[in-house]
Amino acid sequence: MSRDTTADAGTRLAVPKTYKLYIGGAFPRSESGRTYEVRSADGAFLANAAKASRKDARDAVVAARGAVAGWAGATSYNRGQVLYRIAELLEGRRAQFVAEIEQSEGVDRTRATEQVDEAIDRWVWYAGWADKFAQVVGNANPVAGPYFNIAVPEPTGVVAIVAPQDSSLLGLVSAVAPALVAGNAVVVVASERYPLSAISLAEVLATSDVPKGVVNVLTGAPAEIAPWLAAHADVNALDLVGAGDLDWVDLEISAADTLKRVLRPEGGADAAAPALDRIAAFTETKTVWHTKSLR
Amino acid sequence: MSFLEYAPAPESRGILSLRDEYGLFIDGEFVDGRGAPFQTISPANEQRIATVANADARDVDDAVSAARRAYDHVWSRMSGRDRGKYLFRIARLVQERARELAVAESLDNGKPIKESRDVDVPLVAAWFFYYAGWADKLDYAGLGQNPRALGVAAQVIPWNFPLLMLAWKIAPALAAGNTVVLKPAETTPLTALIFAEIVQQADLPKGVVNIITGAGDTGAALVGHDGVDKVAFTGSTAVGRQIAKTIAGSSKKLTLELGGKAANIVFDDAPIDQAIEGIVNGIFFNQGHVCCAGSRLLVQESIHDEVVDRLKARLSTLRLGDPLDKNTDIGAINSREQLDRIRELSDAGVAEGAERWSAPCEIPSNGFWYAPTIFTNVQTSHRIAREEIFGPVLSVLTFRTPQEAIAKANNTPYGLSAGIWTDKGSRILAVADGLKAGVVWANTFNRFDPSSPFGGYKESGYGREGGRHGLGAYLAPAGLGRGAAGTPAAIAAEVAGGTIEPATQPEASTQPEASAQPEASAQPEAASQTKQATRAARTRKPTTKGTAK
Repeated sequence: MSRDTTADAGTRLAVPKTYKLYIGGAFPRSESGRTYEVRSADGAFLANAAKASRKDARDAVVAARGAVAGWAGATSYNRGQVLYRIAELLEGRRAQFVAEIEQSEGVDRTRATEQVDEAIDRWVWYAGWADKFAQVVGNANPVAGPYFNIAVPEPTGVVAIVAPQDSSLLGLVSAVAPALVAGNAVVVVASERYPLSAISLAEVLATSDVPKGVVNVLTGAPAEIAPWLAAHADVNALDLVGAGDLDWVDLEISAADTLKRVLRPEGGADAAAPALDRIAAFTETKTVWHTKSLR
Repeated sequence: MSFLEYAPAPESRGILSLRDEYGLFIDGEFVDGRGAPFQTISPANEQRIATVANADARDVDDAVSAARRAYDHVWSRMSGRDRGKYLFRIARLVQERARELAVAESLDNGKPIKESRDVDVPLVAAWFFYYAGWADKLDYAGLGQNPRALGVAAQVIPWNFPLLMLAWKIAPALAAGNTVVLKPAETTPLTALIFAEIVQQADLPKGVVNIITGAGDTGAALVGHDGVDKVAFTGSTAVGRQIAKTIAGSSKKLTLELGGKAANIVFDDAPIDQAIEGIVNGIFFNQGHVCCAGSRLLVQESIHDEVVDRLKARLSTLRLGDPLDKNTDIGAINSREQLDRIRELSDAGVAEGAERWSAPCEIPSNGFWYAPTIFTNVQTSHRIAREEIFGPVLSVLTFRTPQEAIAKANNTPYGLSAGIWTDKGSRILAVADGLKAGVVWANTFNRFDPSSPFGGYKESGYGREGGRHGLGAYLAPAGLGRGAAGTPAAIAAEVAGGTIEPATQPEASTQPEASAQPEASAQPEAASQTKQATRAARTRKPTTKGTAK
C-alpha cells in the first residue's frame, strides 16, 4: 500500500485506508474517539490508528468470551482448516504486508518479504497442529484399578496477548496463532509502533472463516490497555511476550488476583519462537475417569 | 445392641516410636529451629503429641542453601538411574513402615485409620514407585531430549493429606533431578518428620530433601526465597493468590493446586446404589477435607426426594469417632480453626434459608467434631453453594436438563473436579466435555493414581500433579534449566570431567544450539531483571501471610 496522498501528474490520487480496531468481527473506531499517528521509520506520516481505551478492551473481552464456546467446540479438523485458510489469504495479500512492513519498519523489500513469508509459514505450521497436539500432550493413563482414564488438553478460554512490539507481523502471528490452535479466543494488543500489519491481518481474519470474536485486535498504547486486561476477571490467561518494556511485574501481580495463566516477556529475534509449548501453555489438562464393568 | 453398634477396635499406638521433640530436617540432620517451637496435637482429643521446631527466615535460608549445595554437587550430577534407585528405596521403606505411618497420620490429622491405612499411605508408596521409574526416562517426558531439572523446589503442603501431599510434591521433583525444601502444614507435621527418618534410612544424599516446620510466615519466607527456582503449593486459593503475587517478576516456575467447589451431578438414570455411595464418598471422605470434594450435589429434579431420603438413611449408619478405631467412618475435624469455619458457613446456610439436616451421631466431648450434614433448598447464590466449606457438609441443588446441570456445575470461579452419575455413556462423555474441571469422575468419585494428572481450571490453580504432566512441572527443555548445573558451561564441564552419564551428554551437533539459546535470551532477560529488581523494590510488599494450608 502506498500512503502517498499527493497526485503526481498523470497518476491517480491514492485512497488511504482508515485503520480501525477489530472487535467481535466488526471494525469500530475507538469508543473514545482517540487516534494516534503512525509514522514510518524516517518519520513520515503513515496513518491515524485507533487508540483503544479501557472500554474497547472490555468490549473485546466480551466478544472473545462469546466466541470461546463455538471455537473450542468446533472439531479439531475444522479449526485446522479454518486456520490454514488464513494462511491462504495471507499469501494472497503478501504484497500489501510487504509494503506496509517496508514503510513502517524501514527495512528493505527482502527483509520485509522474509518476515511475511515466515509469518505465513508459521501460521501453516500451527494450523497443522490443531488435530494433532492433543495426541502429543494428552495421555491414556494406566491407573491401578478398573477404570478408563484419559487426560486431554482443552482450551483455557480467553487469552489476552501483548504482541511483540518490535515486529509488525511475525511477532503478532507468533503469539496469536498458537493460542488459537486449541480453541481459545484472543484479545491482542498490537505493536504500538507498527500497528498497520495487525489491522491488515484483522482484515484477513474478517474475510476468512474464523468466527467473529475469536480474534480481537486492539491498537494503541499497551501500557494503557494491558492493565485492564490483566485485571479483567473474564480473561483466563495473559501472554506478556511483548510486554518487556512495560511495568509487566505489576501486570503479573494483577493477573494473580484471578489466578490467570501468565507467560512472561520474551525478547530478541527469537521471541515467541514456534513451539508446541506455546499451544500447551494455554490449555488445561482434563482427566476423565470412568468405571469399567461387564455388568 | 443394634447391628450398628460395634465393640471398639482401636489400632494400637504401640507401633509408633515418636520423639518428644522434633527439629528441622536440614542437610540430612535434625537441627534446632530458631523460632519458638510449637506443639502438634491430636484433633480427636486435643492432647499433645510432640513439640515441633519452628523455622524462621534464617532456618529457611539454611535449608535452601543445603538444597542448593546438594543440587549443584550431588543430585544434578547423579545419573537418572541412581536417582531412581533412591526413590525405589523410599517407596519400599514407606511400605515397610506403612502401618506406623498410617497410625501417625490418623493421630495427627484426625482422619479414620481405615483411610490412612488403605488410601493415603498405599498411594504414598505408589507415588514414589511411579516416579522412581521416570528418573532415568526423562527424555520421554515430552520436553525433548535431555530436559533439565529446575534446581531447588520450594514446596508447601496442606494438612488434609499430609503425607500424600508430601509424596505428590517430593517424588516427581526428585525424579526430575531437583532438590527440595518442603514445609508441611502447621497442624500436621508428624508424618513429614517420620518421612525425614525414612530419607535417612534410604541413605539419600544429605540436602536433597529438607523438611522445615512452621506456620504461614515460614511458608512465605520459603516461597519468597531468592535461592528457589520452583514453587509448588497446595492449599487455599487465597494463599495461592498471594504466592502468585510474591513470585511475580521472578524467574520461578509455579504450580498451584488450590480450592474447589465440585459439582457431583446425578442423572435420573444413574445406578442409584452406587451413586449414593459415591455421593457419600465424594463429600464425607476425609471429613470433607478434600479440595476436590463433591460438595455441591446436583441431582435431577425427578429423583431429588429419593436421593435425599436415601442419603439421610445412609448417613445415619456412618460411625463418627476415634480416628484410630478401625470401624470409624468419620474422624475428627483437623483443627478448631477449621471447625469454626465449618460452623460459620453452615450457620450462614441456615440464615440464608437452606434446610439443614445432620446425622444423629454422638459427638465426643473432647476434640473437634462435626456431624455429617446435608443442606436442601439450596440456592446457587447461597454461600454454602459458592464457598469452599472444606468439611462434611453437602449442599443439594437440582436441575432438569443436562445443559442446566453443566451450566450450574460451571457456575463457580473454581474448576478442580466434578462427578457424573448416569448409565448413558454418550451423556457422560458430552457432559464431561462441557465441565470446566481438571478431573472428572464418571460413576465414581475421589479416585487418585500416580499415573493420573490432577489439577484445576480457573481459580483452582494451574499445573498438574501426577502422571507425565506432573513430571513436566519440574523440568525445563534442554538448555533452559536454571542453576549452576543447568548452564551449558556446567554441562560441558561435567561431560569433560566424565561426571555426567552418557544418556544426558549433549551430542556434538546440539552443543552450539544449547549454548546459543540461553545467550540469545540472556541479554533481554538480564536487562529486564535489573528493571524488575528496581520495580520490585518499589512495588512489592510482604504479600504472603496467613496460614498456608
